[in-house]
Amino acid sequence: MSERLLIRGGTVIDPAHGYHGPGDVLVDNGVIAAVGVNLDADGAKVIDAGGFIVAPGFVDMHVHLREPGEEYKEDIASGTRAAAAGGFTSVVCMANTRPPIDTEGLVRFVLERVRQTGVVNVFPVAAITRGLEGKELTEAGSLRAAGAVALSDDGHPVADAELMRAAVQYAAMFGLPVIDHCQDSSLSADGVMHQGYWSTVLGLRGQPGEAEALQVARDVMLARMTGAHIHIAHVSSRHSVELIRRAKEEGLNITAEVTPHHLVLTDAIVNDMGYDTNTKTNPPVREEADRRALREALRDGVIDAVATDHAPHQQDDKLVEYEYAAPGIVGLETAIGLLSTELVEPGWLDWGRLVAAMSWAPARLLGLRRGTLGVGEMADITIIDPAYRWVVDPQRFYSKSRNTPFAGRSLVGRAHMTIVAGHVVMQEGKVLE
Amino acid sequence: MSEHTLARKDILGLRGMSREEITLILDTAASMLEIVDRDIKKVPTLRGKSVLTLFYEPSTRTRSSFELAAKYLSADTLSISTQTSSVQKGETLLDTARNIEVMGVDTVVIRHSASGASHFLARHLKAHVINAGDGMNEHPTQGLLDMFTIRTHLGRLEGLRVLIVGDILHSRVARSNIWGLLTMGARVAVAGPATLLPPRVAELGVDVYTDLDLALRHADVVNVLRLQLERQKKGLFASAREYNEFWGLTPERLRASQPDLLVLHPGPMNRGVEITSEVADGPQAVILEQVKNGVAVRMAILYLLMGGGE
Repeated sequence: MSERLLIRGGTVIDPAHGYHGPGDVLVDNGVIAAVGVNLDADGAKVIDAGGFIVAPGFVDMHVHLREPGEEYKEDIASGTRAAAAGGFTSVVCMANTRPPIDTEGLVRFVLERVRQTGVVNVFPVAAITRGLEGKELTEAGSLRAAGAVALSDDGHPVADAELMRAAVQYAAMFGLPVIDHCQDSSLSADGVMHQGYWSTVLGLRGQPGEAEALQVARDVMLARMTGAHIHIAHVSSRHSVELIRRAKEEGLNITAEVTPHHLVLTDAIVNDMGYDTNTKTNPPVREEADRRALREALRDGVIDAVATDHAPHQQDDKLVEYEYAAPGIVGLETAIGLLSTELVEPGWLDWGRLVAAMSWAPARLLGLRRGTLGVGEMADITIIDPAYRWVVDPQRFYSKSRNTPFAGRSLVGRAHMTIVAGHVVMQEGKVLE
Repeated sequence: MSEHTLARKDILGLRGMSREEITLILDTAASMLEIVDRDIKKVPTLRGKSVLTLFYEPSTRTRSSFELAAKYLSADTLSISTQTSSVQKGETLLDTARNIEVMGVDTVVIRHSASGASHFLARHLKAHVINAGDGMNEHPTQGLLDMFTIRTHLGRLEGLRVLIVGDILHSRVARSNIWGLLTMGARVAVAGPATLLPPRVAELGVDVYTDLDLALRHADVVNVLRLQLERQKKGLFASAREYNEFWGLTPERLRASQPDLLVLHPGPMNRGVEITSEVADGPQAVILEQVKNGVAVRMAILYLLMGGGE
């Protein structure tokens, strides 16, 4: 029942087919019908994409939708609208809800709520261990059957190496990657920001980059032992980057993601913003050498994907002393603008690599049939206006939460249109109901 | 900046405070000291002004010092501590402060275990905020009174070599001293066990020692920090006994140092751990004088924030 669309005159970037050039995209009945130059409209509704980038629908593989249990921060309705506004056609939601998504029934509940209230695709991640307690494995096979696309105890990293060994081996049997929030909690201790010059100046407890890298090293060993696929979430430290680089050179099944805030900020922001708790996130933003390593790793493909780690929190959780504030930054509605402004414009990355890292790469590593403009594939499309100038105003977010350190920042580039299964769900910043 | 005021709303730390501001505070404190020595300790300067001390951590010295300073200047004072306020019922810092503010408080003096708590308060209140110690960040009035005491004895700060000994990692006193002294042109060194030195502390612009004997050779002034014995549980040092052996200021160490080495301690002291009684009560120690100077420094700050130039 979806109409025919002809997206005409844009720059088509389709990493799955190695295409980057002028072209039209024809959508029919919710799928890609043709990609080429000077396609005939033949009665289709024409969308003028002159000056725009036409990309496979963006996939954010690390989002906290907070439903069930913390709907005052975000829910599936608001979170998927924030995603649409930010140019994402698919989000992968984390399991640390209340209760955690650790049973087949909860996976089905999330998918049912998505069907009722969502405006973009949602692919749930289920917990590695029951209740995220790091003790007993969840039923990976049943979770997979119910629709889970990966397992993760994000936010509560599994400390026990033998349990993690079993988890990745068991999950691999069902084709599920395990996504690890890498943090050796004994070394990170109670750190609330990166341990370095600024934590010393500000008198805030720091957590060293090595606390992340230590657990990445463990995961590399486990991937080698088991052959299982382990995906390293929100890489923040240059030491982790180095371990991932070597693991990939060795041919191990390790993949990784990085967030826009780790690519854009350094720990100096905590000082610059005078202990503003919107700068608090876990893992923390680190120092210049780390930021540079992350940018190079994303450019070179050592880090596969960009994911926002969209972590909504209300004022009550943020308008308190720094050490008591909840960690997390909302990312869905600022990702494209930040990366365009801070990485593409200065020449760190080209649009081709960025589009790949935000569509094809995350889809492929999670085994999702998304992130491509191949004929016959689902017509999930993100159209980007790379020249659009705007200022971040959290009051205009579709997210229920406003916890961003980027308020007031001038950006160039945003999602112009978001198309999910052939339906236009967002146009020029407005989500269509 | 007029002659008798600070062109700022709050005193949150010595980092970023100019040499002129610090000098103004120290010079003003010198004239306040005279009031503390009077028989009738009361001047009308801040009559009609109110000062709240809001303490989320136990303190006797700093809190009494602020209250007396305010009273000597005729300000009204009010005290809230975690034991007696609604903090126990889970009220947020911001709500507590806003409630106080609408009652018309002019200055809030806050002590809090969280670094940055005073910055948070200052951002949300129209009242002046004075940081009386926030977590591991700063304790600016302690830094100022330490500098005042040093200047009184040695006549200057510029070019002096000041050594801070002990748990630098967790110490707000150390940070305030470092920032203030560096601004005033002193040379600053820190000494302590490596596990109690903050990462990359040398980048603050200080010399760093783990060998106290070596560090003392180069010092005109030593400021001995209180060792928080509860840190021992976290395994950051092995024992109080070994701490005393390697980092305690003992008579032997004092004798090996330069003869007129000035000894400071912010209190309260663990006698026999970071400092032995013989040193603490000896002629080179100015520990009680620091406490008295603290009142004068806090009078100066209250005056310069609320009453100066009127």
